[in-house]
Amino acid sequence: MTRASEPKVDFALALAHGLTPDEWTSILSILGRPPSFSELGIFSVMWSEHCSYKSSKKYLRRLPSRAEHVLQGPGENAGCVSIGDGLAVVFKIESHNHPSFIEPRQGAATGVGGILRDIFTMGARPIASLDSLRFGPLEDPKHRYLLDGVVEGIGGYGNSVGVATVGGETTFHECYRGNIVVNAFNLGLVREEGLFLAKAAGLGNPVLYVGSKTGRDGIHGASLLASAEFDDSSQAKRPTVQVGDPFTEKCLIEACLEAMATGGIVGIQDMGAAGLTCSSFEMASNAGTGIELDLDRVPQRETNMTPYELLLSESQERMLLVAAAGQESRLAEIFHRWGLEAVVVGRVTDDGRMRIRFHGKHVVDIPVDPVAKSSPELDRPVREPADLRERQKLDLPSLAPEADLPGALAALLDSPNLGSKAWIYRQYDQLVQGNTVLGPGGDAALVRVKLEDGTPTQKGLALAVDCNPRWCWLDPYAGTLAAVAEAARNVACTGARPLALTNCLNFGNPEKPEIMWEFAEATRGLADAASALATPVVSGNVSFYNENSGRAIHPTPTIAVVGLLEPWERHATSFFSAPGRAIVLLGRTREELGGSEWLALRRGLEAGHPPAVDLDHERRLAGLLHAAVAAGLVTSAHDVARGGLAVALAQCAIAGATRIGAEVALADGIRPDALLFGESTGRVIATSARAEELVAMARAAGVPALRIGTTGGARLRIGPPAGAAWIDAALVDLHAIWSRALPRRLEAA
Amino acid sequence: MFAVVQFPGSNDDRDARFALKSVLGAAAELVWHQRAELPAGTQAVLLPGGFSYGDYLRCGAMAKYSPIMAAVNRFAQAGGPVLGVCNGFQVLCEAGLLPGVLVRNHHLHFVCAFVHVRVERAVPIFTSRARVGQVLRLPIKHGEGAYCVPPEQLDELERSGQIVLRYCEPDGSVTPAANPNGAVANIAGVRNARGNVMGLMPHPEHAVEPAIGGTDGLVILGSLVDAALRRGVGA
Repeated sequence: MTRASEPKVDFALALAHGLTPDEWTSILSILGRPPSFSELGIFSVMWSEHCSYKSSKKYLRRLPSRAEHVLQGPGENAGCVSIGDGLAVVFKIESHNHPSFIEPRQGAATGVGGILRDIFTMGARPIASLDSLRFGPLEDPKHRYLLDGVVEGIGGYGNSVGVATVGGETTFHECYRGNIVVNAFNLGLVREEGLFLAKAAGLGNPVLYVGSKTGRDGIHGASLLASAEFDDSSQAKRPTVQVGDPFTEKCLIEACLEAMATGGIVGIQDMGAAGLTCSSFEMASNAGTGIELDLDRVPQRETNMTPYELLLSESQERMLLVAAAGQESRLAEIFHRWGLEAVVVGRVTDDGRMRIRFHGKHVVDIPVDPVAKSSPELDRPVREPADLRERQKLDLPSLAPEADLPGALAALLDSPNLGSKAWIYRQYDQLVQGNTVLGPGGDAALVRVKLEDGTPTQKGLALAVDCNPRWCWLDPYAGTLAAVAEAARNVACTGARPLALTNCLNFGNPEKPEIMWEFAEATRGLADAASALATPVVSGNVSFYNENSGRAIHPTPTIAVVGLLEPWERHATSFFSAPGRAIVLLGRTREELGGSEWLALRRGLEAGHPPAVDLDHERRLAGLLHAAVAAGLVTSAHDVARGGLAVALAQCAIAGATRIGAEVALADGIRPDALLFGESTGRVIATSARAEELVAMARAAGVPALRIGTTGGARLRIGPPAGAAWIDAALVDLHAIWSRALPRRLEAA
Repeated sequence: MFAVVQFPGSNDDRDARFALKSVLGAAAELVWHQRAELPAGTQAVLLPGGFSYGDYLRCGAMAKYSPIMAAVNRFAQAGGPVLGVCNGFQVLCEAGLLPGVLVRNHHLHFVCAFVHVRVERAVPIFTSRARVGQVLRLPIKHGEGAYCVPPEQLDELERSGQIVLRYCEPDGSVTPAANPNGAVANIAGVRNARGNVMGLMPHPEHAVEPAIGGTDGLVILGSLVDAALRRGVGA
């Protein structure tokens, strides 16, 4: 075999690998010698921002992650939370922003594949996916192409593996023109005793490689693509994007779950970012052991692969598992039956070192912990952006009032941010596994829990993902509070009790003090909100370097909350469920237009303070919704968010399978545009057949509640208590505008 | 007993078993595609939805070579009831057990949505629980679901009453707007000339519970269970 000669390892090559001078010095002191080329590759990926969290560790440590029901917090492949009766859910959200911008279809597809593996690695069967997507303006043909490709990628992968995509969010903003955001969430179901961890325990136990063969794709995806910002030459990084094969993933899910059920697996880890390297180091480090690997045994689909390539490849649909001694052939038989590779590639050792052989020679011999655990931790400088006060300036009295209230509602419903997202979610299988009670298009999805043997249960899981990046740009602390509050409120709108959350923190270049300040403020908000709402942070992901040519995206801390509803049959829908019901507004409307969609769309301004968040109120509101739905007092509940009360009422009326109108009277007192389009937090539009009881229950719970109207008819009429209506529109017209918002922009292309 | 065939890449196999077993109370088991024979006592076969072999090459094109398909073929030749849903329909067409083919949706996108279909024939095995003209609300989820046959074959299907379901408006009228994928003559489901093999793109197994997709799927699966029971008694 002709083996390409390896480059000479020196300081310059280390810098080209993205390592810093300090890190190079650390490597020399850890090894007591210069690293081999393969070793340099290992350090560069393990210490990359993407794998080591070196800029964010300090802040992530402050997040609340403990609670009685939390079985596994951050640090594993995903978080795990008990849902009672011996059952648990495993969930996480993760970014795939840079690959999706370079190659939208494969980038998004492998994002879904990666998050699925994080879930079934832990022994859980993936049952529901969400996604949170951010693009530039749709007027830009590139972003129509990106949206089309990302949606096709998510659908193409998720549909093929047989996991329902039950919800998500998609918004558009100029700040994502050079760097889109693609965050994929998945949740799986596991029996508590069936939880698997990434541990290479048991001296002498065999290490098995299972799944697909290894190729040259995705080398340095984690270090060079995910841990650096974009510029004009970024398209050249296309080869660092992996290629996904959902069919193999589907077989891998079934084979892994079957193999896990045999009891022959000690530990298991997926080969995601930094492939074989990251998975083996993490497993050894978690167990306090070492591993000896023989690269010649790694199944390969290309010839003449070097050790460097084998170690750093991010080829998809591969797992590393440690079997109990003697179980290897029994396990391999299962994987072979599913048409997958299964090869013993090494053994667990007890000396805390990673020894990797290739053609009989050791190409890697380094201590595990200094690479995996003692990776660098940075305390990067933080500085409040110089223009922050300027951003937050908004003089409401001098702001011209909205002269055309019906026109403003129509414009908002027609905007890509608020229009129907059916064009997107119709491309996703929302139903497979047969548990989707509430699918995409509402506040939260609701998924019934069925046992592995098919026995249905009374448990339902409510899932929602949210973030308002504009608010986070105006005030990252308040914006993140609002993101957690909104996701929890959306879950509560179904009647479920929020249990825990996962987060994907998408930010710019952490080397800039202003970005680091945004990050520090956002994580402070996340910690405060998660504590106040008793939704511990059980898993998460940080994505830095979301910049292009020096311009960062808005801070985008995506929050996904998971809630439990039992029995699930008793739930509320987000749209009006029947005519003749009283409409009750829960929460208080303030004169707040800062950071609103109305302000951006109708005044071209992104300014002001985002609406205030009252976490105590949010907690009471969530408790009230849970109790009121359980008592049968609430049949529909919809969160008031982007676009304010008028948009929320319109969504209630037109989003269901049957359109149901409403007549609504809102107390005067604040300017009508703020009343209709202001985005005060902590509000929910509830409908009830027993409004007096609901209002009494709300007052007892300390939640403001006001009867504002009645459902019915084919029009939406909103006005003051006396006098002419502000808005009086036929539902058929509102629906036409709202449902065409995306298609009319995408099909015109 | 129902044999629900499990190909690598089948996704709705468990859901079909759930519908038959947990909802309709019929015996049903998953049957691995590598088996050469159907289990003893098989009264009906269901080929489920999904992406058998990743739908690589062409939907259903690889699955037809699975060992179990020879047994399914023999079972069908002997008059045994066989239902193919979505990918199962594609497999049956590829295997020559049903006329026609399923091609890419005319809008080129995968589509998941609840649609309405009109029952064209109240045939013994598959729609005995329905009345002619009844409108069912069922979900579809496919990228390649546009049913396609040459015009002369379409005439033959029409004449011989092999078209069982057509996409329609909620009121039962068959219109171009109600056609979600570009299928010829709005065809959503067909059967073979003998009447014992049927394929349909909508998913009856995802409409078997009142609060999860409604119960219109039971019209079709229930008819099949009735037929299997009758067959079981006769056998």
